[in-house]
Amino acid sequence: MANSFSTIRIRSHAGVLTITLNRPSALNAFNADMGVELGAAFRMAQRDDKTRAVVLTGTGRAFCAGQDLRELPAAAADGAQPEMKDLGDHLRENINPLVLRMRTIEKPVVAAINGVTAGAGVSFALAADLRICSADATFKMAFAHIGLVPDAAATLTLVRTVGHAHATELCMLDEEISAERALQIGLVNRVVDDAALPGAGQALAEQLAALPQQAIGLTKRALNHAWMATLDDQLEYEAMLQSTAGRGADHKQRVRAFLDKRAPGSTAD
Amino acid sequence: MARDILTEVDGQVGVAHISRPAALNALNQGTMDELVAALQHFDNDPRIRCMLLTGDERAFATGADAADQVDASSVEMQQRDPFARWDEIDQLRKPVVAAVNGYALGSGCELVLACDIVVAGETARFGHPEINLGIIPGAGATQRLTRLIGRARAMDLILTGRKILAREALDMGIVSRVVPRENVAEEARKICHDLCQQAPLAVRLAKVAVRKSQDMSLSAGLALERSLCYSLFATDDQKEGMRASMENRPPVFAGR
Repeated sequence: MANSFSTIRIRSHAGVLTITLNRPSALNAFNADMGVELGAAFRMAQRDDKTRAVVLTGTGRAFCAGQDLRELPAAAADGAQPEMKDLGDHLRENINPLVLRMRTIEKPVVAAINGVTAGAGVSFALAADLRICSADATFKMAFAHIGLVPDAAATLTLVRTVGHAHATELCMLDEEISAERALQIGLVNRVVDDAALPGAGQALAEQLAALPQQAIGLTKRALNHAWMATLDDQLEYEAMLQSTAGRGADHKQRVRAFLDKRAPGSTAD
Repeated sequence: MARDILTEVDGQVGVAHISRPAALNALNQGTMDELVAALQHFDNDPRIRCMLLTGDERAFATGADAADQVDASSVEMQQRDPFARWDEIDQLRKPVVAAVNGYALGSGCELVLACDIVVAGETARFGHPEINLGIIPGAGATQRLTRLIGRARAMDLILTGRKILAREALDMGIVSRVVPRENVAEEARKICHDLCQQAPLAVRLAKVAVRKSQDMSLSAGLALERSLCYSLFATDDQKEGMRASMENRPPVFAGR
């Protein structure tokens, strides 16, 4: 697959599009170019029928160290005009659309966390559907220490993923935690040996890619909806999505295949 | 001849489907003429009890083609009076259910406002971008939207031209229900079929009473409601409806 990107690399294999952050000398810090390129890569993943799952990972010893601080207005030399004027606008224009894209693409996204993860790097990892990390990966919210608020939906996704108490500790105390601790609190789904991470990420994504695509996409939508739903709401929402899934060819084919495997002459429940 | 409006009859439901995919269902004069004709035809057909209005996945309806109007003079617009067509939608006597996916913008949004029950997909978008074209809404939004959602929200939408998603439209009171986009057509059809089971005269007068309430004083509206309600006691369907309730069975309405 042609690669015309400079801050990321993309690779397509076995139905999986792997997006690799590629600014290793900056610990894959997020900058303006990366924002544009990630947006394009996710749009590509959405539109390409051959892509059934996405892996997001990093080059070098970091997954992503978060926003490149050199782009912040606070970093501008005295008298210099920073490109970025307001952090809120920066979120609205460059970061939030990316988070929305990761949550609304109806294909599973796996974050294969290969090392140091901080700030918006944690947020992006949380915006993925599943997280698998290397044993030497570390996590730090990093916002509080530079006088900022966790963003890119971390205040929501972190609470939903690890619970209010752990989220508060991570955001307010802003201490670095290990892969082992991350696994304990549920921040990541799995931990593997460093060398095994790329293969494990691809394998997990291929496993997801092999599942009925519409069902997985609708499941993602239902899980998104659950964040803010009441029980009544969610029951009705599931019913509507199930109406659609029940008409899918995958469903019919798989149910028949399952029933056909039963011994002839046996009665269905 | 290519038609912008595809029609079908589904039981007692008259379906009108706006289909100009290359133009994102822009409502130019020809399209509206066709649409009004189709809906009036259903309104006058005794076999039809309810109407369903829908668009495509990407767009329900967007405003008039700018190309259609860019060089028009004020006199031409007065003479053409394109926006008067929306009043004719308003005057339909049978209920109109809108099934909205994609964009409902400008006079397309005003078309939604002219419908009675609106089912929107989660990713549907509503808005009034007329301000960005140097004009104001002309098919009723400044009047209908304001009455529907109140001044504060109407000012926000009409002055800023921002687009809103279905959930916000639901909160504001612009749409009646929000469902996943794949369920819009089915949900709208279900509502239509349910409406077809109701007493047609009662449905018609309910629509009149509710719409008139935004057009008259409370005391006059109450008097109207009462007189319409009492008038239904002359119908067989009222007797049947109340008897069925007393006998604990579903009513069978004959339409008289």
